[in-house]
Amino acid sequence: MSPVSAVMRRELRSFFVTPMAWVFLVIFLVLAGILTFYAGDFYERGQADLQPFFTMHPWLYLILVPAVTMRMWAEEAKGGTLELLLTLPLTLWQAMLGKFLAAWLFIGLALALTFPIWLTVNYLGTPDNGVIFAGYLASWLMAGSFVAIGACLSALTRSQVVAFVLTAVVCVLLILAGQPQVLDFFSGALPRRLINALAYLSMLRHFEAIARGVLDLRDLAYFLLSTLGWLAAGVLLLELKRVR
Amino acid sequence: MIETERLTRRYGNLTAVDALSIRAEPGQVLGLLGPNGAGKSTAMRMIAGFLAPSEGTARVCGYDVQREPLAARRALGYLPEGAPSYGEMTVREFLVFIARMRKLGADMGRRRFDEVVGWLQLEDVLETSIDTLSKGLRRRVGLAQAILHDPPVLMLDEPTDGLDPNQKHTVRQLIDAMARERTILISTHLLEEVHALCNRVVILAHGRLQADATPAELEARSRYHGAVSFSAPGSGVSQEMLGRLPQVAAIEVDPLDGRITVFPKPGVRILEPVEQLLREQGLEVSEIQLERGRLDEVFRQITTAPNGAGA
Repeated sequence: MSPVSAVMRRELRSFFVTPMAWVFLVIFLVLAGILTFYAGDFYERGQADLQPFFTMHPWLYLILVPAVTMRMWAEEAKGGTLELLLTLPLTLWQAMLGKFLAAWLFIGLALALTFPIWLTVNYLGTPDNGVIFAGYLASWLMAGSFVAIGACLSALTRSQVVAFVLTAVVCVLLILAGQPQVLDFFSGALPRRLINALAYLSMLRHFEAIARGVLDLRDLAYFLLSTLGWLAAGVLLLELKRVR
Repeated sequence: MIETERLTRRYGNLTAVDALSIRAEPGQVLGLLGPNGAGKSTAMRMIAGFLAPSEGTARVCGYDVQREPLAARRALGYLPEGAPSYGEMTVREFLVFIARMRKLGADMGRRRFDEVVGWLQLEDVLETSIDTLSKGLRRRVGLAQAILHDPPVLMLDEPTDGLDPNQKHTVRQLIDAMARERTILISTHLLEEVHALCNRVVILAHGRLQADATPAELEARSRYHGAVSFSAPGSGVSQEMLGRLPQVAAIEVDPLDGRITVFPKPGVRILEPVEQLLREQGLEVSEIQLERGRLDEVFRQITTAPNGAGA
């Protein structure tokens, strides 16, 4: 077994040893349901799609992802197990990847457990299941980027609370970056090109593009590159800690 | 084999380990000794690859820990300070995780697992989560983790810290048994451990190497080396007599139990002359002892010497 999967399995197991993982799952599912039906006007819209459901996901991840990733490195640094883990024969990348995959799979599980809403919409009407699939894919890809941010920022500190707050702040900035209000605010002060760059950085823009059912390579590349970029930054942070 | 060459680690202005060059060969148990904060753990962390050296190199079995980190780590079993382990896992889960990380394979893994669990007497706690174990058991789990892959080089940071005398004995026996064809580096601040385990000692203070010798050589540096001590109730007279012996440099009487220690002049044996004198005087001596030297005294002398006053 490769070190990556050994680390991943250990992380996954440690999620479920404590009730935390179950609590997160329940909170996620309950919130996803409530937000979709009440805030998203799921019934009143009278359309057989999951648009209101997916629209809520960035905001759900804002709470769920930092909660899952905050302990990732901070706990190991505090408990001294970091020294144990990083003196085993594995590279920093392997360790980072194993931990990232565990958290990403966990979010994937939470996402998969929302299947009743998919059943509901299929029972009520005849939605375009291709678009729904694209929505799930977009959501999971976005979750991957968020998890990578959390993984990186957890490596920055020994405190889980600090890791949580930092991750939530960075995620909210990335969600808001492309909102019209934000872009308008900066449009007077910044040149057009920077505004475009800012808009391009927005998670929401790429998420919504894929969730509409349009699989554009640029949107996929955005999530892939931001995930890899944040993971690389995390590996760099760990390496810096070693050299310091 | 463990070799370091001018291994150095700085934290800002503080030099935690200063140009440390040591060498441990197979069959050797090298004790890294020093007061708290002397740089023992920092040196070990660099050898294990957890910290990068500021300068200098370290090699494990010939593999440079910076340039070939994975090969070096494969050859090394390491017990970090405080024996950290994942508290939420059971002992079995933890050791299986380590076996996977070490790529032991199913057969090899199972065989080593059974052996190591047997040696460290962990059978009864295999299904217990590590968080709930006593300090001694947790340390044994840490040791099991370090030796699971049967490494040629073993590095243990304070392996018996926090163990009761019986557990210490067990762990020392284990280290002793493993020492034959392996290279073992242990750090400790327990001087008894040096006698029990090590065939060579490196003393660190303020990050610098202060001594590299066998325990016997260190003892020979002691003022007490070759001294003779005895208890002789009501021996007020003999003290004066002893002072007249040409071989004697000094005499001390313990104010608590009246035990007399006679120090020789350099390079002179005084056991026989003292015994002869006592016989001639017809003095009853309950017990007489030739001192090997006191490590604690040498340790204090070396680690508080002014040449180590760097920090």
